Amino acid sequence: MARLAAGLSPRSAALLGALFAVLVAAPFIINDYLLTVLIIILYFAYAGQAWNIMMGFAGQLSLGHAIYLGLAGYVAATLYVLLGVGPWLGLLAAIPICAACGAIIGFLAFRFGVAGVYFAILTIAFAEFARIGFDNWKFVNASSGLFLPVKQYAHNDLWRLRGDPTMFYYVILAATALLFMLCHLLLRSRMGYFWLAIREDEQAARATGIDTFRYKMYAVMISAAVTSFAGVFYAFFYNNLFPEQVFSISRSIEIILGPVIGGVGTLFGPILGAFVLTGLAEALNSAMTALGIDLPGATQVFYGICLLLVVAGLPDGVWPPLARRLGVGGSKK
Amino acid sequence: MTALLAVAAVSKRFRGLVAVDQVSFAVPPGAIFAVIGPNGAGKTTLFNMIAGAMAPDDGAISFAGEAIEGLPADAVCRRGIARTFQIVRPFPALSVEDNVTIGALQRHHEVEAARTQARSVLHRLDLFDKRHRIAATLTLPDRKRLEVARALATEPRLLLLDETMAGLRPTETDRMVEVLRALNRDDGLTILLIEHVMRAVMALASHVLVLDHGVVIASGAPEAVVRDPAVVQSYLGAEAV
Repeated sequence: MARLAAGLSPRSAALLGALFAVLVAAPFIINDYLLTVLIIILYFAYAGQAWNIMMGFAGQLSLGHAIYLGLAGYVAATLYVLLGVGPWLGLLAAIPICAACGAIIGFLAFRFGVAGVYFAILTIAFAEFARIGFDNWKFVNASSGLFLPVKQYAHNDLWRLRGDPTMFYYVILAATALLFMLCHLLLRSRMGYFWLAIREDEQAARATGIDTFRYKMYAVMISAAVTSFAGVFYAFFYNNLFPEQVFSISRSIEIILGPVIGGVGTLFGPILGAFVLTGLAEALNSAMTALGIDLPGATQVFYGICLLLVVAGLPDGVWPPLARRLGVGGSKK
Repeated sequence: MTALLAVAAVSKRFRGLVAVDQVSFAVPPGAIFAVIGPNGAGKTTLFNMIAGAMAPDDGAISFAGEAIEGLPADAVCRRGIARTFQIVRPFPALSVEDNVTIGALQRHHEVEAARTQARSVLHRLDLFDKRHRIAATLTLPDRKRLEVARALATEPRLLLLDETMAGLRPTETDRMVEVLRALNRDDGLTILLIEHVMRAVMALASHVLVLDHGVVIASGAPEAVVRDPAVVQSYLGAEAV
């Protein structure tokens, strides 16, 4: 606990506590529709935070995180459908698989000096391999998709992740809070400092004695491993998996919009970005429904406009200037 | 006394160009050793080979009796050779203290211990009061000092300084000379520097090596080297004497 509290000013701790209290109380106040929106927001906050470990901390741009979401979802769903293995055990299988997949991509890139945009392209390529592979893999129903059995349950089954939105909400809230704490600890650890050094200037980091290959590998593997939970959660929340959807580049992009808008490399950025983006998009949707306007793709256009505004006006994201205003720091660390 | 750093017949070629040609020298422990020479003489290439940024084509480099040629830069640093860059490259978005703490984390595994070490280094380089500033916002002299601080925080036995004085005003140069002298005198730190600022070279160095077109043209005590006709002709110019 002492280590967790270190580096948090009383003000940020109070803010964090208040936010968490509001989120814990939320299901008692809001209706099921809003609760579902909150679940999606927290899912994006979690996935964005996981991606942020690689890009925000260690400076390695992944545009193919869908591969970890998809792999983890397929591993857990297949185990559940075929063998009746619950999602938590499925997650235990998915974590090493995703970490190994990250290790393969990282090894190929870092050993052969693939960096910057070329690294980003490599991550897209691997996600595309996976998409095409799963699209043709009969064992997991190929392009027809994998479905989890949906039944009416008398009560929530946390062990099998079957139940009502309130249960899913608390699961993703707990996971997001845990990941936040993990990232806070990572950022203040020796490895966290080495990541920042690599992000800032890799050659200078090496000259300072940092084995950059090793620490970049750790970043990719840890990011992939924690992303796997988001993949499993997604599979059990939506109950269906189609390779065309779960491995598509748009999945990879949508999880990075939150941190980009909130602030890459910050702890609050991914959370704030998810709230801003998903919150506003849902508000837009409801407003359009209420007005009887039917414009497919309006959300995507809206995302585009948000991104443009932030990139042009707040290149560091929304969080750093907001943090300064709230008096809780806001440096890029 | 055996040399701390021994460079033996080291060469580096870029395509057809021989940047460093069969250069040999030895730096005894506790020395301040300067490498001077005109632009393009191969000084930085020589430095890069010692620091592990590039491998020599031929020759051997040993540090404290162990061969280090061809080792990667991070391994060289962990063995006790720290460097600064000719064009400064601090970690721009991080604070001054975090920059130096990252250096100190090479020898300290606990972040708090590293931070304590970083603070004492910052004191020595007059950067303590600026420790919360973001590195990118510092002036050039401060950034140069920050690079030296980050290198020192790795607790090296040999410090490689690539034109640390370039772009500094004379008073700032004198201050840096003072700091380096104190490090050499009090901590026994061995220093190898590339320098154009002769004022600093003459004030600091116990030994000077002159490179021209990748070849050693003179080597010896500073007073003798600056009177060497070959050095005057190729580098200093007649008016400098």
